[in-house]
Amino acid sequence: MTARSGTGEYAVAEHTLVACHDCDLLFRKPRLQPGQKARCPRCGAVLFQRKRSGMDQSLALALTSLVLFMLANAYPLLRMNIAGRVQEGSLLTGIEELYSQGYWEISALVFVVTFLAPLAKMLCLFYVLLPLRLLGLRAPKAELVFRWTEQLSPWAMTEVFMLGILVAVVKLADLAALTPGIALYSFAGLMVSMAAGDAMLDDHEVWERLRSPREATGD
Amino acid sequence: MTKHATTAAEAGYLLCHCCHLLGRPEPGSVRPRCPRCGAVLHRRKPDSLARTWALTLTAYILYIPANLLPIMTVTMSGRGEPDTILSGVKELIVGGMWPLALLVFFASITVPVLKLLVLTFLLLSVQFGSRWRPWERTVLYRLTESVGRWSMIDIFVITILVAVVELGALATIEAGPGAVAFGGVVVVTMFAAMSFDPRLIWDRMAPKDGEVSSHSRPEGAYRMQR
Ligand SMILES: [Zn+2]
Repeated sequence: MTARSGTGEYAVAEHTLVACHDCDLLFRKPRLQPGQKARCPRCGAVLFQRKRSGMDQSLALALTSLVLFMLANAYPLLRMNIAGRVQEGSLLTGIEELYSQGYWEISALVFVVTFLAPLAKMLCLFYVLLPLRLLGLRAPKAELVFRWTEQLSPWAMTEVFMLGILVAVVKLADLAALTPGIALYSFAGLMVSMAAGDAMLDDHEVWERLRSPREATGD
Repeated sequence: MTKHATTAAEAGYLLCHCCHLLGRPEPGSVRPRCPRCGAVLHRRKPDSLARTWALTLTAYILYIPANLLPIMTVTMSGRGEPDTILSGVKELIVGGMWPLALLVFFASITVPVLKLLVLTFLLLSVQFGSRWRPWERTVLYRLTESVGRWSMIDIFVITILVAVVELGALATIEAGPGAVAFGGVVVVTMFAAMSFDPRLIWDRMAPKDGEVSSHSRPEGAYRMQR
């Protein structure tokens, strides 16, 4: 039997105490104003942070990211012209080409960190936030999905990929004439909207609302 | 509360590593789960030292082919030359692209090497029960954890080059086995950083009997920041 099934099995200290995730020091839970941060005095880790922005901004950014993500993968990244011959490439053609050259390991790795993980992260966030914000309801298995969202984060590497594009463009520039494609601009936008989404999402707030979704309507 | 219940573990609480809810599991529960998010709770990350050692050593081994084998081969009008990570940086310097060369050097050479060295240092310090500068070591850990993903740049550069340059006899770019090893180093070191538990650094700082800890402070003394 797990602690989840019965409330009596598990005494929760959530209303009074909290511990530092990096050094385990025990605290009384801080009361923060929006925009404030509480740091651990022993190791300096950020313990709590109340964002000024609310769920509306997070949702809007998640939607923007989804649209930009689709554009970034539907259109070519770069068009190259060598001696009259034109070649276009997108992220997915790169992944395909790596696979056909026999490097399925890198192909799979790039697919996961630039396509699958960012997409899954956006969809998961959408799934959790949309019903919570609009209806004040917790979607089925929302806790599990939000846990995935947080665990996926380090594997979604859109901003690193953007820097990779930049290096590739410079390397190719003296080799051929290059024209940036729609996907290049979309990736740049995606990088910004995903970073802004991460910065604005108040995960403590989401966890608290997932605990008691009714309160979400009364704000 | 007891005399020096400074940490959650000492007070019998478990912190959920995922949603950061603090709770006290019933004494009998074998595999306690977080009542809020359902993650399995551990006092410390399970087998943290053994796992991190194994992953770090794997990364050391992979690091050798990652640097010796070519990560890609660029063939221009019939003439091809294999590029290793270092020769790619050299090429950027020769081309006069200093800022970019520095960026690639930092992401593909400095970050992985420093990450491996820092992980080894942290592992050794915990293994030998060091009480030396726990704050600095925790900051080092947080840095390693957050900076590791940037090493992926070179892998992405290869992907884009391979996607765009496919012009038959004129020019081709092929990935090389070094890229597989290098991707492996990045992924394995990311897992290594995730499996290390920084709380192990602080566990050694717990005051022994009759000793007054300089680190314990009264509850609720957090630093506020705007
Ligand atoms: Zn701390």
